[in-house]
Amino acid sequence: MVVLWWSANLAFGASAPYASPTNIFAPASTPADSIFGLSLFVLAVSAAIFVLVVGLLAYCVVKFRKREDDDGREPPQVYGSNQVELAWTVIPVLIVVALFMATARVIATVQNPARTSNTIEIVAIGHQFWWEYRYPGLKVVTANELHVPVSDLAHPTPTHIELLSADTDHSFWVPRLAGKTDLIPNHPNNTWIDPHETGLYLGQCAQYCGTQHAKMLLRVYVQSQEDFERWIEEQRRPAQLSAAVSEGQHIFETTACINCHTVSGTVANGRFGPDLTHLMSRDTIAAGAAANNPENLRRWIQNPETIKPGSLMPAMQLNDREVDAVTAYLETLR
Amino acid sequence: MSTDSIVWPRSESLSRPFVDQLHEWITTVDHKQLGIMYIVYALIFLVIGGVEATVMRIQLIRPHNDFVSPQVFNRMFTMHGTTMIFFVAMPIMFGFGNYLLPLMIGARDMAFPRLNAFSFWLTAFGGFLLYFSLLGANGLYGAGNAPDVGWFAYAPLTSLAFSTGHSTDFWTLSLLVSGFGSIGTAINIIATIVCMRCPGMTLGKMPLLAWLNLVMAGLVLLAVSPLTAAQIMLMIDRYLGGHFFDTQAGGSAVIWMHFFWIFGHPEVYVLIIPAFAFISEIVPVFSRKAMFGYPIMVAATVAIGFLSMSVWAHHMFTVGMSSNANTFFVLSTMAISVPTGIKIFNWLATMWGGKILFKTPMLFAIGFLFQFLIAGLTGVMLSAAPFDWQLGNSYFVVAHFHYVIVGGILFALFGAFYYWFPKMSGKMCSETLGRWHFWLFLIGFHLTFDFMHIPGLLGMPRRIYTYEPGRGWDTWNLIITVGVVFQSLGILVFVYNLLWSYFRGEIAGSDPWDAWTLEWSTSSPPPAYNFATIPTVRSRRPLWDLKHPQDPDWKYE
Repeated sequence: MVVLWWSANLAFGASAPYASPTNIFAPASTPADSIFGLSLFVLAVSAAIFVLVVGLLAYCVVKFRKREDDDGREPPQVYGSNQVELAWTVIPVLIVVALFMATARVIATVQNPARTSNTIEIVAIGHQFWWEYRYPGLKVVTANELHVPVSDLAHPTPTHIELLSADTDHSFWVPRLAGKTDLIPNHPNNTWIDPHETGLYLGQCAQYCGTQHAKMLLRVYVQSQEDFERWIEEQRRPAQLSAAVSEGQHIFETTACINCHTVSGTVANGRFGPDLTHLMSRDTIAAGAAANNPENLRRWIQNPETIKPGSLMPAMQLNDREVDAVTAYLETLR
Repeated sequence: MSTDSIVWPRSESLSRPFVDQLHEWITTVDHKQLGIMYIVYALIFLVIGGVEATVMRIQLIRPHNDFVSPQVFNRMFTMHGTTMIFFVAMPIMFGFGNYLLPLMIGARDMAFPRLNAFSFWLTAFGGFLLYFSLLGANGLYGAGNAPDVGWFAYAPLTSLAFSTGHSTDFWTLSLLVSGFGSIGTAINIIATIVCMRCPGMTLGKMPLLAWLNLVMAGLVLLAVSPLTAAQIMLMIDRYLGGHFFDTQAGGSAVIWMHFFWIFGHPEVYVLIIPAFAFISEIVPVFSRKAMFGYPIMVAATVAIGFLSMSVWAHHMFTVGMSSNANTFFVLSTMAISVPTGIKIFNWLATMWGGKILFKTPMLFAIGFLFQFLIAGLTGVMLSAAPFDWQLGNSYFVVAHFHYVIVGGILFALFGAFYYWFPKMSGKMCSETLGRWHFWLFLIGFHLTFDFMHIPGLLGMPRRIYTYEPGRGWDTWNLIITVGVVFQSLGILVFVYNLLWSYFRGEIAGSDPWDAWTLEWSTSSPPPAYNFATIPTVRSRRPLWDLKHPQDPDWKYE
């Protein structure tokens, strides 16, 4: 069984790195890559110890079992040996020293990175049960889907993320980009990533934060420089309002929706829930729990419990016509 | 009358009316009866905790399953963790300690018999209080509900703002009450070992089990006290306007983590050191050899005890400590693998050159050695802080600590059951059923917990009531749940074996294993006074000396 497990570990590392979009053995960013290197070393040392000790155990079990033709006498009694004890104290100490040195080096490189002038600064704020992202230098606020530029080795543009929490403890974990770091209220933390390839990287909250901890999903879109800049431009625009959906806008702005949600350029300026100014630029709603399509959006507005039971958004008790109108309004927020 | 009741052997008391027997069990201060009550109590909670685990595994059998709601799932993992640690593992270890220590050191009872009974009932009421939350937590407002803040109950999720109602209070009070029970028992164990040893039994001639329980009891004193303090602080926060952990008023969530893990990590050793103790008794007897390197085993245990107080923050590598602090806790955590490795090598050296008898206790001991080795190696992986940034709070961690607790501690406990059941009941356990139990449980254990490492490596965090398809986690979760079936069958065979053997088993006699420590020199089950005359010992294996007068241990030790 365990042999199976070990070989599965190694196979996952070597031959099928994309078997899972969240495989820790398929790093695509420097912190994850440094950890991957260390993990191979630790795994190799562990495998060697495993083979040695299990070999000894198996040898004992086979060789020293009581035989059929036993003479019934007790075996020679051995009480100990200082030389042997010394050997299996000193050798493990040396192994520990080697593992410790390798580990300490990776801690230093990952935790104390050199800051460059073209670092993107982002603030991530954990909420029950969604992510708020603010780009203070770029004046962009968004939710749940993080966009960052790719960082090629010639022109590195690492992303530095300050991690805050609005309520309980959360943890930011996108396995292919970096190890996890917790978001703790009153205790600002940091992490950084420098993804080498464009694409979508998945993860999710890794610290139990309440009822819907399971559906607090993370999506990181790594884009080329041009795409990223275009995305920033779009996100900086205020909401594009259309008279055709004024009924939905009216309902939205005269119910409790605006206590929690912001649509920039309108009276809606709540901060308890995600910013909706560019809602339709996102692929998902409800922190990645459902695809962002009209049907799901309507279900979500009508009763969030059907998609994410325990989410803090209340059902607003709107009738069918009102739900349609609000959905239509939200669909214009591009 | 009082003198009569002291000399009554147990076999006569069984024929008395039920009410009398019940009265005797409830009012007893006898260490053997209290030990058995601890063990039975823990077995009942083991089944309850197992059912909770099964509910979780059914829910996780496939992605987006809706067997239970997220609220119920969150209560299940909170109750499962709390139950298994505080109301299964600790009481069962205290139970064996209570039962065996006076017998093994040649004493007639624990040092403080009344404190012993008081501690048991505190622990018992703690468990009832936790489960009373199912009825009482919401008080008059509606149906009850169980705690749902996780067994380490991180602040500020436990504050009134996020945990309304009373479920968290039941959790807090239950641990507070049972914590006092644990502290009482720890004091009692220390006093008993220090003051009650029979003539001739110097510290260096105690059975290893006594040494290991001494270290365990010391750790309980050091570890449970901060937990108790933290529970009181949490109560103050919730009801007296305190702000220890109230982050919205400047309190610190991280302080709770420190308080919890300065308890939580030594707690692991509180549970595994008695398991080491069982292995250190079983392996020599079934290899027919003296324990190899007794003084080194004692030294390694004491070293583990000290080191375990300095490693707690390896549970906190992801909370954003400085790189210096992380590096320190990497070193202290890795250092603990040295004395632990020494222990494994000494057990192997004890088997080396022996004549190994594969009776059920020895089968479980070998299972322990194999699984504890793997648990130790995955522990080394987790101790490398950067690797932990990936593995921490994932299913890899869940697999790792179940490898320690089930593969290590529970296997050692099963070995202890089969080894000492004849002493406690006077009857032998069935070897055939014992083998069925061993193999079913071994297969189930490996199906569940070997494969549980993999979703962790593939990014699956713990404590999620459901997961997304397409992450490569589905098949592994299915296999993990299938393993539960085998484990449950194994447990059923175990319980059946205990009951069947109690009523129908062969008569054991006082020394069925041809063993060497003092508990085997008295009848099975022992009389209330344990020994007719207090024994005098000259070596670590007094019965070896009796059986081999021409070649006694005391000539060589």
